[in-house]
Amino acid sequence: MARKNPENGPSLDAEQLFALAPQLRELLKGVHQIELEQFSMEIGDLELFIPTSGVGHAAPHPTESPAPARVKPTSLIRESYFPPNAAFPGKIREVRLGATRAEGGSRSKSLTIGGATTPAYFDFGHPPRHPPVISLDVFDMPVGLPKVLKENVAEVMDDPAEWARMNVKKFGADVVTIHLMSTDPLFRDATPAAAVKTVEDILQAVDVPVIIGGCGDPKKDAEVFSAVAQMAEGERLLINSVTLDMAESKTLERVATAARDHGHVLLAFTGLDLNNAKELNRRLYEYIPPEQIVMDLTTVALGYGLEYSFTIHERARYAALMGDSELAHPTISAATNAWAAREAWMKMAPEYGARELRGPVWETINALTLLLAGVDLFLMMHPAAVLTLREIIPRLGKTGAPHADQIADWVEVRI
Amino acid sequence: MSPDGQPETGKKRKSIKEISPIDVYKLLPRTNCAECGEANCMAFATRLVNGELLLVDCPPLHIQEFQSSREKLERLLAPPVRTVTIGTGEHAINIGGKYVLQRHDFTYHNPTPIAIDVHDLMPEAELLDRIRQIEQFAYNYIGRTLTLNAIAVRSVSGDPTKFGNAVRTITGASRYPLILCALDPEVMAAGLAEAKERRPLIYAATETNWMAMADLALSHRAPLAIFAPNDLALLRSLAKTLLACGVQDLVLDPGTFADEGFPDTIANFTAIRASACKQFDELFGFPILGVPLTVWTGAELSEDVLKWREAITASMLISRYADLLIMHSLDGWVLLPQLIWRFNIYTDPRKPVTVEAGVRTFGRPDAKSPVLMTTNYALTYFTVESDIKAANLDCYLVVVDTGGLSVESAVAGRNFTAEGIAAALKSNNVASLVTHTTLIIPGLAARLSGETEETTGWRILIGPKDSSGIPQFLRERWPPET
Repeated sequence: MARKNPENGPSLDAEQLFALAPQLRELLKGVHQIELEQFSMEIGDLELFIPTSGVGHAAPHPTESPAPARVKPTSLIRESYFPPNAAFPGKIREVRLGATRAEGGSRSKSLTIGGATTPAYFDFGHPPRHPPVISLDVFDMPVGLPKVLKENVAEVMDDPAEWARMNVKKFGADVVTIHLMSTDPLFRDATPAAAVKTVEDILQAVDVPVIIGGCGDPKKDAEVFSAVAQMAEGERLLINSVTLDMAESKTLERVATAARDHGHVLLAFTGLDLNNAKELNRRLYEYIPPEQIVMDLTTVALGYGLEYSFTIHERARYAALMGDSELAHPTISAATNAWAAREAWMKMAPEYGARELRGPVWETINALTLLLAGVDLFLMMHPAAVLTLREIIPRLGKTGAPHADQIADWVEVRI
Repeated sequence: MSPDGQPETGKKRKSIKEISPIDVYKLLPRTNCAECGEANCMAFATRLVNGELLLVDCPPLHIQEFQSSREKLERLLAPPVRTVTIGTGEHAINIGGKYVLQRHDFTYHNPTPIAIDVHDLMPEAELLDRIRQIEQFAYNYIGRTLTLNAIAVRSVSGDPTKFGNAVRTITGASRYPLILCALDPEVMAAGLAEAKERRPLIYAATETNWMAMADLALSHRAPLAIFAPNDLALLRSLAKTLLACGVQDLVLDPGTFADEGFPDTIANFTAIRASACKQFDELFGFPILGVPLTVWTGAELSEDVLKWREAITASMLISRYADLLIMHSLDGWVLLPQLIWRFNIYTDPRKPVTVEAGVRTFGRPDAKSPVLMTTNYALTYFTVESDIKAANLDCYLVVVDTGGLSVESAVAGRNFTAEGIAAALKSNNVASLVTHTTLIIPGLAARLSGETEETTGWRILIGPKDSSGIPQFLRERWPPET
């Protein structure tokens, strides 16, 4: 679907970005943990204080007492802080992507996403059960990629298998997404058999879990997904995606039962509407266990409605943790949709900075915003954005590391 | 501490979601005088609990007779996070005033102002130039001008005279609100003396200097920030102590750690806001200050990497409850996403940002001019509008009500359909405007073309996916071949 594919190829300078990416590696430093201090409570002297007008009298010098009527504390009044116990009745389902030989597939390892018991990064006591993971895109035909992304993968663009390999080896993808764009009846209308061959090649080329992206046509996708599901028996592919349009076209059952019978996972896509998300899930429960369903609630670009995506994800996650099991599924976000924002790719006046940095920072912020809303899997493209997420995700899982000294003098620091 | 180990919360309170219009109505004058512009007191009460009107909008409530009711209403409707004002005059900023932890529970108030730093060892010309840059940075976004909001003056010298001089230079050049940053009370006093009646935020009271800082805050009637890096117990202790001193306008800084300590920073900000909004902890019921600038105190890294880090730190803190930010970088690629994200997350989630549906006319269109179509999501509309205007096109633009969704989302969510297009053409009588029957739909709605041709009888041209391509599209494709 076009939503994973920025249409207006921005012209970016790859060299500058690659120059940036290695520098960003410096950001990743060893994280060491210190014990949280236990606070002892002391009660300081507090004499009765009766508020006067709310503002003091003007005093020419700070050492003079500004308010004679006021008896002020002479030492710090000690208060304590104990984090509240943030227990929620619900829990997000855990969904396994990919299958090893022992699990019935051929991946070197499988990944589990989901399992959250609190909102994301909400308190000290509940680090994410399964850290979010990153998938990088492969397209099975030439598409309008931003120039810089195209340059990164230029030599492999005609070879999806090689492209997938590069995503894993060079950019560290946890998962690879193969977008079967060529099956779109509006483009090449490639046959399901051709799509099956492409997916076979990808599965041969990489040993990470794989996501199968369709073309967005509910009838054609059903044909393609069913054929791919059958071929890749037991691989626990994530099929991206099933929709209410499929339910309307009477193709949902076919895809869902194929996924169930051949051991795959479904991505239920809805457009920023929790009632629709619940309805689609209810329909899917008729055919497939809920542990084989992931949700895509729609990711909109920063500046073009990211707040809708942010709030829909927060609402879904809260509702699920409060006990709405129809929403208790892991979620994915196509962070690459950030590139749909013209601020990401357009040349602008110099005061808005070079788009070579503006673009990747746009994708990064899109992803980080939804990371805070609880998203479990990100579809990404830009190496600097991927690198940043790969550094921040593990870091966010470990509290207890600040060095107060490091920022104690920020007021005086020479920059 | 209360027996269950939770922080003391003073008195039992209702959250804004639990307050009913009846609770408010009972305390209103109930004369249905309509001075507020509403039909009656009940209507006023409803809009008041929705946060759409304020108590000041009810004039009779402010006469002596209703003083007691007014005070009760003020207490009832007070946000659990206090609103603190920094600066004076037209540029004054309000920070905090939050009712809820999460945006979808109500709406957020007082968009996070962004202050940019200057310091007291800058040569005067450089200082003035930087202030000019801060004041001039602006971006036009869906019909609004997004700007930076304040200046943070840091005492790098540690010298009262130098700090005072810098503050004098700044107050002479700018009316922007100030944050005076110096941990030495003597230096702070020198700065405050040059910012009289400007209500700067004093940064900051710490475990060691709080007594002198409290005196300064009181004598200058200025708000006071508390700095207790990664120590929430100390932060509460200082809040309690400063309240006891009579300083009521407090701002909380639990420290911004941008690298290893970042998860703690996120957890601290979240804990403070959750305590205030869920447990009504009065000591945490103050605005939170985030300082992405602290990335510049860390390791020796290239400038672009530090800016990158400052950008992502700022954006995450805007999402996670920061009510005020101090930043260093003035680069557009760092600031633009912050200004836009801040605007977005502070829109009211109960009302999409929309424009009125209908037909807009650009230039001097005639019966042969093109008819374009877009959605009523404000951003989509203004983007299309600006592209059409920039190219001086003569055309009609049909704005379809998609419930405030962009083209892509509306197509996916079926808020933008062939039926909707047909209804818009009909209700706006578009056929009467032109002699042709060709409609240009957005490229991202290409999927709707076939069905729309069937439903409307109009010929559909699929326009560009981004409206910046409209001028070229029309040059090449209009008038259409017959």
